[in-house]
Amino acid sequence: MSHGLLLTAGQSFVDGWFNSLWVVVIAKAIIVLVFVLVAPLGVGYMEHKVLAHMQHRLGPMYAGRFHGWAQLLADGVKFVQKEDIVPSAADSGVFSLAPAVVLVPYIAIFVVIPFGKTVWAVNLDVGIFYVLAITSVSIIGIMMAGWASANKFSLIGALRAAAQLIAYELPLILAAAAVVMQAGTLSLVGIADAQHAFWYVLTQPIAFFVFMVAAIAELTRPPFDMPIADSEIIFGAFTEYTGLKFAFFLLAEYAGIVAFSAIASVLFLGGYQPILGLHIIPGFFWMSAKVGALSFFIIWLRATFPRLREDQLQRFAWVVLIPLALADIMVTGVIKVLVK
Amino acid sequence: MADTVVFWIAAPISVASAIAVVLARRAVHAALFLIANLFTLAVLFLVLGSEFLFVVQIIVYAGAIMVLFLFVIMLLGVDQEVSLREQLQGQRLVAALLGLGLLAEVVVAVRLGVGLHRTPLPDFAAVNKGGNVQALAHVLFNQYFLPFEVTSVLLIVAAIGAMLHGRRRMDEEETIDREQAVL
Repeated sequence: MSHGLLLTAGQSFVDGWFNSLWVVVIAKAIIVLVFVLVAPLGVGYMEHKVLAHMQHRLGPMYAGRFHGWAQLLADGVKFVQKEDIVPSAADSGVFSLAPAVVLVPYIAIFVVIPFGKTVWAVNLDVGIFYVLAITSVSIIGIMMAGWASANKFSLIGALRAAAQLIAYELPLILAAAAVVMQAGTLSLVGIADAQHAFWYVLTQPIAFFVFMVAAIAELTRPPFDMPIADSEIIFGAFTEYTGLKFAFFLLAEYAGIVAFSAIASVLFLGGYQPILGLHIIPGFFWMSAKVGALSFFIIWLRATFPRLREDQLQRFAWVVLIPLALADIMVTGVIKVLVK
Repeated sequence: MADTVVFWIAAPISVASAIAVVLARRAVHAALFLIANLFTLAVLFLVLGSEFLFVVQIIVYAGAIMVLFLFVIMLLGVDQEVSLREQLQGQRLVAALLGLGLLAEVVVAVRLGVGLHRTPLPDFAAVNKGGNVQALAHVLFNQYFLPFEVTSVLLIVAAIGAMLHGRRRMDEEETIDREQAVL
């Protein structure tokens, strides 16, 4: 049985380097892991600086001399040095496992995201479906964290998070389904390729809106940060965490911003397709620029909108976003049949 | 080669976590072991070359059903150790007999399906030619179209039924508020 697993369509740029299957797999794993550990630091620094400037502050200025570029590295060193506290009433096994369960799905997402025509680890046939399925796993990590902390605020935060993530997963998947219908493939590389003439944000603006709103809710970022509302429940499910485990949750949040920006770029902004046919600049640059722009947009919203109340938040998902996404799918289907 | 390695990593974890579900004393631990078990099953689907079922297994079981399980367990606060004293007379014996019966049934079913000889399995690569999703859609929407539609109608009816049961009438809500005011 040599089929099935690890079977990929096309050739990625790593495949040509080595002959052995296992060396290629390990090389790809290392590249993905390094990317997931580095890219969120860039977004984290961007959040520090963008929020600061939007509030007429300077933000970090000292670490690394030049505009505090090394602030996140310094934070990392600080987190490593901190004491690792496990509350005595906590379920220590589940408590320690939770940060990993939250972070690992976001690492697994980057395995299938294409950053160029040949810059990907696996061109999975069911790419976008896989991505949306894997993101739903991190909910379990948050619930584990909230329950194992033996803290009422943590538990309330975890339950809020679970209710919110389940509600917003539906519009997220439905919005992606509209794009999949237009592209005629689930593969992320295929969807990016299908946009060589025009970006799908032009034909699917409603799906783009629904997807971005649902993505921000999935990330529990403001204005959908009810699960970690600091004025009510301290920091939700993450209240009892310190040191490196807490850093894992922060890393997962920024990796999540990069991941959802990358998925939205591939689905709606053409992925690695260049603007104005500028093929001289490689696709990796275009993809990174689009991911950066969407990450900036997500951070911008944090500085703009107040937090939604729990009932407003649920009503918005079930009464506005899901019917909107369903109508969009219906219209896309009708047009697809008529054009054919 | 790669498939065999992954199978021998996933299969023992699958069996061990399934046993742990039964042996775990706390409900949340049992639910978490069940998630691990469902995940390894998803990996086994991938090994068999069925990417679509791999993803469906994750999104439906790990992503939706088990989250609701955990949600209910946590909301009700069932985290005390459950007493293992049986309420029903002879429950253990009947359970063991039924378990053995189920095991025998599964073995017979698999043996009848695959055959008693060590014949090679059907060629999945040929079936999946042109993509696993396309192959599945072709079978589902041609050969099994009617059962598919009937199942979807059944699910919709179940969803509407659940919604009707869960809905609270306006006047009922008022009486509840009044009772609380009196108290």
